[in-house]
Amino acid sequence: MTLAEIRDLLKCQVLTGEEDLASLEISQVVASDGMSEILAFAKSRELMITGLTNIQSIRTADIAGVSAVLYCRGKRPDKSVIEFARQKRIPVLVTDMFMFDICGILYSKGLKGVS
Amino acid sequence: MSGELMREEFPVQGRNFDKAGEVSSEIKVILKDLGIDAACLRRVVIVAFEAEMNVVMYADRGTVTLVLTDSDINLEVKDEGPGIPDIELAMQEGYSTASDEMREMGFGFGMGLSNMKKNADEFKLESEVGKGTSVFARIMLNAHA
Repeated sequence: MTLAEIRDLLKCQVLTGEEDLASLEISQVVASDGMSEILAFAKSRELMITGLTNIQSIRTADIAGVSAVLYCRGKRPDKSVIEFARQKRIPVLVTDMFMFDICGILYSKGLKGVS
Repeated sequence: MSGELMREEFPVQGRNFDKAGEVSSEIKVILKDLGIDAACLRRVVIVAFEAEMNVVMYADRGTVTLVLTDSDINLEVKDEGPGIPDIELAMQEGYSTASDEMREMGFGFGMGLSNMKKNADEFKLESEVGKGTSVFARIMLNAHA
């Protein structure tokens, strides 16, 4: 599934990286508010779902090598965080949906976790 | 450590959460520019980032030293922090002494040290209470391609 399809499916707003969404293919998802969990289990190229919107979420995404970040529950990062993601070329999306619902929808569409 | 090709020391400012991770990002850029294999690079930066976060969370200051040889990448992370009284306990996944502030940053869930150990081919942790902690990690080049 492309990130553009995920954007439509989850009614996301794109905060940065719109131009890359159609070409980014996502098959795995890592979801956590714990950054060490993301670092421990992400194998690279996943979609990262988190409710943590500070600068460390993007740093973690960059270090773990995930393809994109999706913030849940309508939580929005500061402008500086979005700018940092733009510099690192990591697309950032936000949806009003809760993490459990997001994961359920993506799982039902065939996406897998990292375990 | 034979054939040392590069050695660089980076200062880490303790308690500064805004800057936390900058050194690891810089190390990633340096190693990427050198054409280090992606899997190896990933291991190095995860170890560096977790170690850097620990310095920021617990210590007043510290240093990250990156040493590249013809066969491996070494990270030495030293801090002037409170030290770890029981290293065996601290190494257990899930054990944490983190504050609420640290957890709000998404860290301090008791996985940092085990993450570092898991991603390193050699890992050593030394600590003296009241003085500080030193982490040494070696990641072999080409071992995880």
